[in-house]
Amino acid sequence: MMRPTLLARLALAATSLLATSAIASDAISQTTKQAINLNAIGMFVVFVLLTLGITYWAASRTKSTADFYTAGGGITGFQNGLAIAGDYMSAATLLGLTAMMYTQGVDAYIYMIAFFVGWPVILFLMAERLRNLGKFTFADITSYRLNQGKVRTMAAVSSLIVVCFYLVAQMVGAGQLIKLLFGLDYGIALVLVGALMMVYVTFGGMVATTWVQIIKACMLLFGGTVVVVLALSQFGFSFEELSARAMSVHTLGAKLFAPGNLLAEPITAISLGLGLMFGTAGLPHILMRFFTVTDAKEARKSVLFASGIVAYFFNVVALMGLAAVIIVGQNPEFFEEGQIGGKIIGGGNMVAMHLAKAVGGDLLLGFLSAVAFATILAVVAGLALAGASAISHDIYSRVIKKGTASESAELRVSKFATIGLGLVAVVLGLAFEKMNVAFMVALAFGVAASANFPVLILSMYWKGLTTRGALAGGYLGLLSAVTLVVLSKSVWVAVFGYAEPIFPYTQPALFSMPVAFLAAFVVSMLDRSAEADAERQAFGDQYVRAQTGVGAATAAAH
Amino acid sequence: MSSSVYARIRNNPQFTELVKRRGRFVWFLSAIVFVVFYGFVMAVAFAPDLVAMQPFSGSHVTVGILAGLFQFIVFWVLTLIYVRRANGEFDALNKQIVAAAWEEGK
Repeated sequence: MMRPTLLARLALAATSLLATSAIASDAISQTTKQAINLNAIGMFVVFVLLTLGITYWAASRTKSTADFYTAGGGITGFQNGLAIAGDYMSAATLLGLTAMMYTQGVDAYIYMIAFFVGWPVILFLMAERLRNLGKFTFADITSYRLNQGKVRTMAAVSSLIVVCFYLVAQMVGAGQLIKLLFGLDYGIALVLVGALMMVYVTFGGMVATTWVQIIKACMLLFGGTVVVVLALSQFGFSFEELSARAMSVHTLGAKLFAPGNLLAEPITAISLGLGLMFGTAGLPHILMRFFTVTDAKEARKSVLFASGIVAYFFNVVALMGLAAVIIVGQNPEFFEEGQIGGKIIGGGNMVAMHLAKAVGGDLLLGFLSAVAFATILAVVAGLALAGASAISHDIYSRVIKKGTASESAELRVSKFATIGLGLVAVVLGLAFEKMNVAFMVALAFGVAASANFPVLILSMYWKGLTTRGALAGGYLGLLSAVTLVVLSKSVWVAVFGYAEPIFPYTQPALFSMPVAFLAAFVVSMLDRSAEADAERQAFGDQYVRAQTGVGAATAAAH
Repeated sequence: MSSSVYARIRNNPQFTELVKRRGRFVWFLSAIVFVVFYGFVMAVAFAPDLVAMQPFSGSHVTVGILAGLFQFIVFWVLTLIYVRRANGEFDALNKQIVAAAWEEGK
């Protein structure tokens, strides 16, 4: 293998960009507390007051479990599309991908396509079936005709693993970022994020979470667009002029638009592509959003709007990164000790922020900082809600109480679960402050792609899937994804300190997904139990419901 | 939901027709996405010089940039095409099938 360590490092950087953890891992060595930024804090306070007002309003509309988990199923496709985009585009999309474009050029653009391409696939293969079969969690679908207790427990366990790792990664990133942008202490930042998240979710449930995500998506789109328009105006809105000047100053020169090392090695590239594509399709907080719309029609529209917004924003980010090559990269003000080409003040992930300052002054910088904070809040709120529903709906209501729990009891459990998850996130966030948490995102996506996705897709498409097969596939997928991530560079080298990783790739998906599918297939085929026959028989009705929506959970009447 | 409704729908030849038509369409669109995307990934891995080519003289735009922009646009247009057909033609047929099943059950 040529240059394995460099490739592994690049791929690691790419994977870690999936969440704010990139900011965390980068920022850990670099974050120095900045002076308190009043513009940013002022605008952020406005955002917090607005969202708290919405939470107050949402609380009066959150009476039933359906309200809490899915906003009563009454969100429109357009609203949900914005909210999905808000859930999906983390602070790392804005900061990490701009920085990646700034340093690596077209490699970052190629990476963004991999990040985008999951959406059409989710639409074609999953969106309408998710809506027609699911109610509150994706475990509703996997356990539809299989053993409720066992299959739900498994789905809840892997959901919670995904949610917890993603949540902690976000928290650590949030603490570092807020320290940098707002000049607040790491600990204070964490408590603030955790407390706001608990308030949004416990009082406002899915209604408040959805609106926080919608507002954040609008702020992100607006902020990004303003920065890119102001930046492009410096080049007469000519892409040719921008690219010519960027190439003339960039260290890559004319190679800025030529593929570099990111995808030079096909196995890393394919595994990363699979992990991004099917990991997205197995993230519980993303899947949950499909149950908030009225019907399959709106579910499809959600993806249409969400993917359009994500595609637009990625192109905005690419242009921002390119413009920053000249506007930030040639301005000594943004380098430590005024050395152009030296260390960027605040670390590589601050490129987008410096660009905002350069083209729009302190006001735009303040706005973009507030956007980054809002982005973190929206993502952690969505995660906490997904985790809470796995605990209260799947484990408490369906597995422990076997469907006999009263709605008010279930609601109470879900609120305690949210507070519990919030506390866990803050405590673990404090514990992991000095650690490289990039592996947590690799793990979250790996588990989502290898444990959640295979069982979910097989349960919808394959008549032959039985409880034993689902359990074998799900647990083996989980085990192999976790094992491979532990043996990969991000844990074996970065956390345990060994010189060389045992598993040379960063994303386990290419290896752990086949394990899950194969196990589910073989065990189901060999399953000769009477239960298995009944489960195969039940596929017929499930199939009709998946295709037509007859019997699907409907929007609650208000 | 009574299982007999599901049975009636399953026995309706229109249902078989809907599932067949929608299924074919879905797999066709998915195949385009898979082939184009992984084809591009392979091109980047095995033929980076081709991806780095500048097809227009006097312009710095490379095949890689064009292919990237092309994918963002085409994949989104495919979602648009699917949503239009699924929310129009397929949903109309679906409504008929469901209505017929309820009617029969009366």
